[in-house]
Amino acid sequence: MHATLPTSVPLRSTAPVETSVSVRDLKIAYGSLTVLDKLSIDVAKGEFLVLLGPSGCGKSTLLNAIAGLMDITDGEVWISGRNVTWAEPKDRGIGMVFQSYALYPRMTVAENMSFGLRIARLPKAEIAARVDRAAKLLHLTPLLKRRPAELSGGQRQRVAIGRALVRAVDVFLFDEPLSNLDAQLRSELRIEIKKLHQSLGNTMVYVTHDQIEAMTLADRIAVMKGGVVQQLAPPQEIYSRPANRFVAGFLGSPAMTFLSGTLRGRAIDLGGGVTVPLDGYAFASPERLTGAAELGVRPEHVALVAPGAPPPSPGAHRATGTVTMIEPTGADMTLWTDIAGQPLTIRAPADLSVAVGDPVRFSLDLTRASLFDAETGARL
Amino acid sequence: MTAPSATLHRSAAGVVPRGARPKTLTAGRIGLIVFLAVSAAYVLTPLYVMVVTSLKTMEEIRLGAIFALPAAPTVEPWIAAWSTACTGLTCEGIQVGFWNSVAILVPSVVFSVLAGAINGYALAFWRPRGSNLLFAFLLLGAFIPVQVFLYPLVRISALLGVYGTLPNIVAIHVIFGLPITTLLFRNYYAGVPIELFKAARVDGAGFWRIFFQVMLPMSTPIVIVACILQVTGIWNDFILGLVFAGRENLPMTVQLNNVVNTTTGERPYNIHMAATILTAAVPLLVYFVSGRWFVRGIAAGAVKG
Repeated sequence: MHATLPTSVPLRSTAPVETSVSVRDLKIAYGSLTVLDKLSIDVAKGEFLVLLGPSGCGKSTLLNAIAGLMDITDGEVWISGRNVTWAEPKDRGIGMVFQSYALYPRMTVAENMSFGLRIARLPKAEIAARVDRAAKLLHLTPLLKRRPAELSGGQRQRVAIGRALVRAVDVFLFDEPLSNLDAQLRSELRIEIKKLHQSLGNTMVYVTHDQIEAMTLADRIAVMKGGVVQQLAPPQEIYSRPANRFVAGFLGSPAMTFLSGTLRGRAIDLGGGVTVPLDGYAFASPERLTGAAELGVRPEHVALVAPGAPPPSPGAHRATGTVTMIEPTGADMTLWTDIAGQPLTIRAPADLSVAVGDPVRFSLDLTRASLFDAETGARL
Repeated sequence: MTAPSATLHRSAAGVVPRGARPKTLTAGRIGLIVFLAVSAAYVLTPLYVMVVTSLKTMEEIRLGAIFALPAAPTVEPWIAAWSTACTGLTCEGIQVGFWNSVAILVPSVVFSVLAGAINGYALAFWRPRGSNLLFAFLLLGAFIPVQVFLYPLVRISALLGVYGTLPNIVAIHVIFGLPITTLLFRNYYAGVPIELFKAARVDGAGFWRIFFQVMLPMSTPIVIVACILQVTGIWNDFILGLVFAGRENLPMTVQLNNVVNTTTGERPYNIHMAATILTAAVPLLVYFVSGRWFVRGIAAGAVKG
């Protein structure tokens, strides 16, 4: 793990003050099917942690376990320094926002937001003040008397966020809150959530399968697959130094290209007479310089080279390929090329004049490339 | 559109297809309509005969023209059926049975629907250990003919000292109503996002609060469906009422049978017909008022099961 925050120190008796949510050796199993096993994760106070992964990777299960909405098989859950493993959801000091909004259909917006406070028998004036404050913050004041059916999807999700807000808790849990919204609303509400986090400073644990949400919102991302955290690190590190082939392929659009070959010292032989020197690549220690490997290159780290350009900078390698497909995306275009019989995608300027079948000369930036073991997928 | 393609789309009659497709009456369609008309007549004719007979005097009935409209319509048979027809030794009409049926119906429907809703809610959201097995047993119970249970239930009721009382017949109806009402509510709640339940739990609501304040208020459609099924089912019941209601609480169906079978001399067909229609009126009314809901209920049970 590449955590930069001092939170991954396992502590047995008392949690440090700066740790807000701590999951320790969590195991969740249904009969013989184990969904999560020996999973430990610490979230710092005020941190925005995103759990990212494909469907069925266990990210929602983990969030439900933190919320207390799912029975766990083994392990502990700590929130704000308290062991809440056996505590009811309402006693854990959490607010939760769901994908389907989960608003109470027969209650007004105000009643939806105040439901939990009324159950907790807070004074009426206090309830009104809290609902008022949350409504102002989320621009819901004119909608307080409406029923959920009379609201748009974006408004409904803001009410759901408001319902979590009025609970005045330390930790917010989001379970794919934007997945039911259309693209436009999604990016609007994403910004609102980010602003909210900046102004409130609460700890937030956010589940999504959307890499854009993860990259834009997170202080740290935990990429999950098959119930296992593949990498837990800040977004930029996840993006530029993926811990394994899965993480590398899951983040980035268009996706990273993988060129398979054989390591020969500080170079990789891609076959077809193409060998790429790896002098600029920072190997993990201990270095492994033999065997089958895959070279991962992001499309934006391949630069087209005009004829007569100056010689390459150190760490870059020039090669030639053939264009097989062109995908214009508006801001730029994605070129699919063929190098040594393997596809390689290149991000090119939108105004480039190129046709399918054209040969292109490009430069691979190996200082920003990733190298993976072909068998285990681990970063080399 | 260019000229050649317009020619291509011209039909044999030289008409260019445009706008709504013309309706054609084929032999098959006519046959279908005739078949439906005959089927409807087959079902409706007895009802017609009953209605006209109930409005005739006995003199007119003796003429034997059962399809003829009443020459001098009279509501006397209806009044007699309601208030003076004899059931065995007493002659207070079918009204006694009507009010008995109401007394049985109201608590039976209320409790069986409420219990079914709670069962369905618990099975759909709380999923206690072994709930699927429990549900399977409940459904199995619904498929066993009611006659099988009669003797054991009589023995149990007698042992508990409630045999032949109003609480006895109500309890029996509630028990026999549970499988279907539970099934209805379980399937309805299976369509409600589980996240709603989770949100309520995070808000601190417990079993009963989630049921009464979140789930029940959004269950109006299925409550109506369950009520329709239970009202018609319980009103039409004969055997359970006969066995468990006791002499004082015999439901309308049993009283109707007594009216029709109590004969001294000439059979007052007009009164019998009127009494029968009166007895059928409640479910008939329910069907007419709630046909849409009823269909939805059957569909809900059939598709989502």
